Parts: sequence; C-alpha cells; structure tokens
Amino acid sequence: MIETKNLIKTFRDGDTETKVLKGIDFKAENGEFIAIMGRSGAGKSTLLYQISLLDDPTDGEIIIDGRDTHLMTAREKEIFRLTKLGFVFQDYALLPELTARENIALPLLMQNMSSAKAYAIATEALAKVRLDHRLHNIPSHMSGGEQQRVSIARAIAHTPKILFADEPTANLDNESSRAVLDIFKELHREGQMIIMVTHEEQYANMAEKIIKLDDGKIISVHKNI
Amino acid sequence: MFSLLNIRIGFFLAVRQIRRASLWTTGLIVFVMVLTFLNLVVVSGILVGLVQGSVNAQRIKYTGDVIISNLNEKKYIESSPEVINIIKSLPQVAAFSARYRLGGTFEANYRTRKDTDSPNIASGLIVGIDPQAEDAVTGMSKNIIKGQYLLPTDYDQIIVGTFLLKEYVSGDNPGFTALENVSVGSKIRININGIQREVTVKGIFKSKVQDISRNVYMVDSQLRSIIGRNDGNVAEIAMKLKSDADPIAVRRALTLSGVDKVAKVQTYVDAQPQFLKDIVGTFAMLGNVLSSIGLVVASITIFIVIFINAITRRKFIGILKGIGISGKAIEISYILQSIFYAFCGSMIGFFLVYALLVPLFISHPLDFPFSDGILVAPLDQTIMRMGLLVFATVIAGYIPARMIVRKNTLDSILGRN
Repeated sequence: MIETKNLIKTFRDGDTETKVLKGIDFKAENGEFIAIMGRSGAGKSTLLYQISLLDDPTDGEIIIDGRDTHLMTAREKEIFRLTKLGFVFQDYALLPELTARENIALPLLMQNMSSAKAYAIATEALAKVRLDHRLHNIPSHMSGGEQQRVSIARAIAHTPKILFADEPTANLDNESSRAVLDIFKELHREGQMIIMVTHEEQYANMAEKIIKLDDGKIISVHKNI
Repeated sequence: MFSLLNIRIGFFLAVRQIRRASLWTTGLIVFVMVLTFLNLVVVSGILVGLVQGSVNAQRIKYTGDVIISNLNEKKYIESSPEVINIIKSLPQVAAFSARYRLGGTFEANYRTRKDTDSPNIASGLIVGIDPQAEDAVTGMSKNIIKGQYLLPTDYDQIIVGTFLLKEYVSGDNPGFTALENVSVGSKIRININGIQREVTVKGIFKSKVQDISRNVYMVDSQLRSIIGRNDGNVAEIAMKLKSDADPIAVRRALTLSGVDKVAKVQTYVDAQPQFLKDIVGTFAMLGNVLSSIGLVVASITIFIVIFINAITRRKFIGILKGIGISGKAIEISYILQSIFYAFCGSMIGFFLVYALLVPLFISHPLDFPFSDGILVAPLDQTIMRMGLLVFATVIAGYIPARMIVRKNTLDSILGRN
C-alpha cells in the first residue's frame, strides 16, 4: 500500500519559487493498476518521482507498506528502491554497455544474488516479455519497443511491490505501445501493483483507477470497471 | 564502504565498460598513460643518465675499477714495482696500467716563431704509459680521432688531447691556453722541469673525461728517459677487474697487503671527483622533481579523462543509482577503470623502457660533451614509480567519479543541472 499526505514539491531557481505539487493526498492499494494523467506541466511525473523515492518532497508524507519514507536515510531509500520498487522510464534507461540479460541481472547481483541465479531470473524475465531470443544483445542493437520490454523485465525481475512507469509508451509506435501495455495488464492480472504516468487516454483506460492532475492538484479519481 | 558486494558490482560494471568501450578511445587513454609513464621514468632517467654516463666514462676511460695513486705528499708511489707485483698476484685483476704523470709545457711552431711573436705554448700533464696495458684498461686507442695510437716501440712520439689544441676548443677558456696550428705530424717541444725534448704528434685523441683531454701521452720508457728515472716508481696504477669481481674486495685485499701505506687505494666510486658526486646528487633531486611534476600531470590527465567519461555518462550513473546500485559500487567501477588504464599504460611503458629504450641508449648513447648519456632506470625505482602512477591514478579517478555520483539522482537521470 502507498499513501501520500499533503505532498508538496517546490522548485527554486534563484529567488523564483515554483510550486509543482500543491498538497497531494492519495492512496493506492496493493495489486492496483493506477494511471496518473494530466496535461503537460500538471505535475504527474513529479508526483511519480516523489512516490518512487527518486526525489525528496518539499513537504508532506509518503508511506509505503507502513513505512514513513521521510524517516529513511539515503542508503535505506537506495536499498528500498533496489528491493521493493521497479522503474520503467520513458527512454528505457538501459545501460548501453550491458546486454539485455546483464541489464536485468545487475540489480539482482546488487542484492548479493549469485551470478547463476541472477542470470537465470534475468532469462526468465526476458522470456516473460517475449525477448528470450535477445539475451545477449546490447540495447543499441534492439528496437525501441524491445528496449522498453527489456526495461520492464529489469523492473519486474526482483518481483517488486510497486512497479512505476513514467510515460512508458511515449517513444514507441502503436504496435510496440500495445505490446508494452499488454505486458502491464498481464502483470496486473498476476497481482502486480502498477503506477503509470501517461498522457494517452487509450492507455490510461487500461488501468483500473485513473488519477487526473492539474496545476499540482488531484482534480479527479476515476475507477474503471 | 568498499564492501565485497560493492567491489563485485564495481568490477562487473568496469569490465563491461572497458570491454564494450570504443577501441580507439581505450587505445588513446592507454597511449596517454604510456606517455605519462615514459615521462616519469625516461625524462628523469636521461637526466640522471647524463651524469651516470660521466661517472661511467670516468671509470672506463680513466680510473678503471680500482685505482692506486700517489699519496698527497708524494710525487709518486714508492716501491711501485712491489705494488705492481701484488696487483699481478690478485686473481680478480683482468688488466692494469701503470702511469707516470708529470706537469710540463708544450710549445709549437717554435722553429718559425719570430722573437717578437708570443710563444705558441700550453701546459698540461704528460702521462707515460705502456700503450698496450693502457689500451687494455681504458681502451685508449678508441679515443684517437686523427692519426694513430702509440706503439711500445714509438720513439719521441706523443698523442695529444683535443683540449690542448685550438682547433678543437671553441671560444676562449680563461686560464687555459691551447696550441695553434698543430696537427698529426707537427713537431712539439715539451719541457719538463727544464728538460726539453722535441717530439712528434702521432695522434690526436678526444675523451669524454675532460681532464684526460688536457693530457699528452707518450710511451713510458720515453718519458723515463726524459726525466732520468730508473726506479720504476709510477704516479698511479689503474686496474680493470674481471666482470664478476668486487672492487671493494680488491681494495680491501690491497689494503691488507699494505699498499695503503705507500699509496691511496680507491675504488672508482671513491675516486670520483667531488663535483661529480655533487652533480649526481643534484641531478637525482632534479629527476625526482621532474618525476613529481610528471606525476601531477598524470593525475590531472587521468582526472580529466575520468571526469569527461563520468560527466558524459552522468545520466547512466543516475539510472544506476535509480535502480538501486550503490554509489560506492559505481565509484569503484571508475577506480577499477583508472587502474586498468594506468596498469596497461605502465606495462607497455615498462616493456618499452626495458626492451627498447635502455638497450637503445646503451648501443647509441646520447653524445653530450661531457658524457655518453644513457638511460638510467633501476628496476626498483621504476616499479616504485609504476606504483605511484597507479596510486595517483586511483585518486584522480575516484575524485571525479565521486563528484558525479554525489549529484542528485533524478537530476542526473533527467540531465538537469
């Protein structure tokens, strides 16, 4: 479960202050698939970065699995991200010098897993996103859609509590986008909690809950049936 | 913390970054490290080698491995024949040359000089030698640049050092005069303690040991006949030892035989002129200063290389942190890459120094006026410099990596400043 209370994020540039999140309160239960929508500049990515612990809020609380993240040290957050959270970035964020399998195995190795086990899980995760034929390819030898699927495989390999996705289809064509969303739906069916930022309504509609933001505030929470 | 896990991940990342990096980039970085290593070892090595060449020349061309010379208060070594017999009995001695040394003046063109002309005169040492024995110890015949070397049967013939001849001396040297219009075949009048003898220049020699180049050499029997000495007492005896012999052991043996009562017994190190010892110290210090500067340059070079590498990979460093890879593991990956570059550069440099440059400098020494410059690169010092280079590289690689790793994770991922 993830919960935010009066979440505020302000950016400072010299004397200029820009309040991007203006007191966000929301709750997501385990196993939910949530889409965060809003126009450009609404604060949806900023919200995702705060709740995924990639950034620190200016004020407010984030509670994940009953833990107040505000009280965690930087190293604790690092370990929390490593073990409990998964990320899919808009531009795939794969390491260019690692093969698909190595990209997935790296976070597992960081959890002190043996190489054999890490590579076995990585191979399994790649099979799950139907890329088991791309084990030894480096990112530059794969299409955008394939890279995004590798990114998903990396994000889910360690069976995270929450999978965060920031505009995962923004750089993909329709076919690749649909393939990515199909994987998300499958993961959701298996009980994976997913929080996805998107500006595309057709993909947001695949989530069971849609949170709409505008000007740093939640303007609606809509449940898909 | 540099935990095993961080080292493991650092190694995992470093190996793959190096393996999949552009071959040209890696080659260029290693090339820079090779140059840096050579700068550390070769520049100071040549500097020290210049002096070492001079020290070697002093040993090879003059003193031999051990030299026995007259006591300060004596003009010659008393009981020289007995001393020579002791030397002959030493198994370590490969060859020796007994020398007579006397001060004198040399005058040229005295036959054509008018009374109103100033005499064409120079002064220096006249050294009486057994030409074969001297050649066996110092290879004197190889120093001849014009004419011929002496033969034991030569009568009233001399060989002259270049510093006594105007033709070979550039500019004026206050306190020293040189003979004009003298070449092979010229007649010269030598004057030793008022005794004059006309001799013929048989050859002209040039030596890296400047003192020798100011001498005149003639066959010892001829010199003895000029000065009327028949006691066989010489001024110095230079000894060349067999290759495995220890000069200090030979000095000790001579001392135990009582030679030190009648003469100074010195190894080539003892006999080095004080100015040479001072220069050795100064050049070694200068070499260390240059090495230190080289080390700083190396550190800055690797700092820039790693900094550029890290800054261009800032986004990926952010991603690594974002997916939970510890900052320390990332730092270690850069440290390991630095070590790799420094080690490769050092190993190639090491090979170049010992397989190429040192033999090259030995076979083709740098021709300096006062020495045959060689490359001095003692193995222990080279290994120490290699270690210093790797250490400096580790620091220089760690600092920029740490600077980038410490940046905000999200700022790194999004490329924000």
